[in-house]
Amino acid sequence: MTVVSNVVCPVCGCCCDDIELVIENNKIIEARNACAMSAAKFENYSLHRNMDAYIRKNGELTKASLDEAIRKSAEILAESSYPILYGWSSTSCEAIKVGLELAEEIGGVIDNTSTVCHGPSILAAQDVGLVGTTLGQIRHRADLIIYWGSNPWSAHPRHMERYAALSDGRFQRNMWRRITARIRADSVRKKITRIISIFFKRGKETPPREAKESFEMLPSGERKLIVVDVRRTRSAELADYFVQVKPGGDYDVLQALRALIRDEELDVDEVAGVPVETLEEIADVMINCNLGVIFFGLGLTMSKGKLRNVEVAIKLTQDLNERTKFLIMPMRGHFNVTGANTVFTWQTGYPYAVDFSHGYPRYNPGETSAIDVLRRGDADAALVIASDPISNFPREAARNLADIPLIVIDPHLSLTALVADVVIPSAFVGIEAEGTVYRMDHVPLPLKRVVDPPRGILSDEEILKRILEEVRRLKKS
Amino acid sequence: MEILILTGRTINQGCGKEIGKASKEYVESVAVCEMNEKDMENLRIRDGDRVKVTTEFGSVILTAKKSRRIRSPGTAFIPYGPWANYIMGSSTDGTGMPLLKGVPAHVEPTEEKVSTIRDLIDSITV
Ligand code: SF4
Repeated sequence: MTVVSNVVCPVCGCCCDDIELVIENNKIIEARNACAMSAAKFENYSLHRNMDAYIRKNGELTKASLDEAIRKSAEILAESSYPILYGWSSTSCEAIKVGLELAEEIGGVIDNTSTVCHGPSILAAQDVGLVGTTLGQIRHRADLIIYWGSNPWSAHPRHMERYAALSDGRFQRNMWRRITARIRADSVRKKITRIISIFFKRGKETPPREAKESFEMLPSGERKLIVVDVRRTRSAELADYFVQVKPGGDYDVLQALRALIRDEELDVDEVAGVPVETLEEIADVMINCNLGVIFFGLGLTMSKGKLRNVEVAIKLTQDLNERTKFLIMPMRGHFNVTGANTVFTWQTGYPYAVDFSHGYPRYNPGETSAIDVLRRGDADAALVIASDPISNFPREAARNLADIPLIVIDPHLSLTALVADVVIPSAFVGIEAEGTVYRMDHVPLPLKRVVDPPRGILSDEEILKRILEEVRRLKKS
Repeated sequence: MEILILTGRTINQGCGKEIGKASKEYVESVAVCEMNEKDMENLRIRDGDRVKVTTEFGSVILTAKKSRRIRSPGTAFIPYGPWANYIMGSSTDGTGMPLLKGVPAHVEPTEEKVSTIRDLIDSITV
């Protein structure tokens, strides 16, 4: 039995680098320090994995050798005139680099999953900039933490504990004590309401904790946590203050806050379901903190307004810097989506949705982005790596993707693999293959190879290199 | 009944996805429609009954789940996954990003079985 420590977790954008793995006979038997999602991956990754290469023959996926599958993939790509290469956020920077070379070689479109998550955030940052930082600064110094349209409890389970409200920094303490006290008080309150409701036979629901009361009771100088969302998420339950916005109303609320911060008066009673009084209090808390941060999620990028929501959130942050120090950061989902943007940018000049069909890189999200290329039915072949667009794309885009010759490189038999024409199994990067990833704050971290991949299973990087080699050979002949 | 569909991540969906999308855990955590209690009363359905959710782009059958997280009637929540995506449109309004949160839909009770992964795949391949 060996214990490997300081393992970087290859699941979400937090890239926690303190995981300890207990390994016996080339098998992970325990993952320590891991959250539920991380443990689910480390301890179960091999359960539903695919070990065989497949090629579709007469409508059926039939087993093939790896060499055949690689040759077939190269043929499909070399013959196509406008292929799309999609995925990339769950593989290593080294593999992404080879992917970009391949896209240039075949004159295709290459796009990563940020196109359907934080693509709008990137567009917004390109328009108005971004007041960024690394997570260490936030852990040590931030005394006001706001999650806006993001639900770390479910999507980035250790984010609060390692980098934000529940972490202990050099100048800031965690807020556990306050949270446990509140949970205890809440459960007592629930019991009392239940007893009352039994006696009076009314009111099933516990009235939600009044935001106002909790704000006034907050000790000054201590870390505070605000959650803004359209639904009362689990993260919202931990917050000192939960602000529920009507769906599609984030833009209005953010603009209202900008006005209040500039001491302008609002002559309405509420904005998108939030009373102006509440907004005034939030504006006060924002101005009076020493260092605040907004972590925003897909609640802003996926709902009405998209990039404009993010743009106004960034502008709010910029305005706040006239009064105090304020930062903003997107909550990136996949463990290397930031790396995908970074490698794309240093190789082509653009972070995603790059089109090589003219022989040079072109970037125009809305035209060269995966969903648009597929919706128009332009692509005539596709390679999907470390992603499952058949489950993640809207129906029309998924249907058009299933219609064209499709190559899938993935350790799982994903839905996309089930409709593919060539399936190539790969090693799990961060478990069976090493590589580099970028954490959500652009800090690069090394992924470890802690166990050997099964015989004959190559890493994404090796598979792509072999496809590229074969494509070059075919083009020469 | 007309309703606004929100989508998002849940911890069960996150874990199910890591175990594998063929797993029972994944299907049980994703093929659900979390609703407000009042809306469920109006539709005369109970926790675990099936609902058919239809948008202009298609329909899916999901298991209805009462959720106290959906505080205002008129909204429902479906975790990220093929069930949610197959009723979303793919127009991006020139941004590259389709609208995936806050989509209007019609919800009705149904006796049909919850759509399987097979049903979803057939709906795009056949
Ligand atoms: S929070 Fe994210 S990176 Fe950290 S252990 Fe959990 S899944 Fe892994």
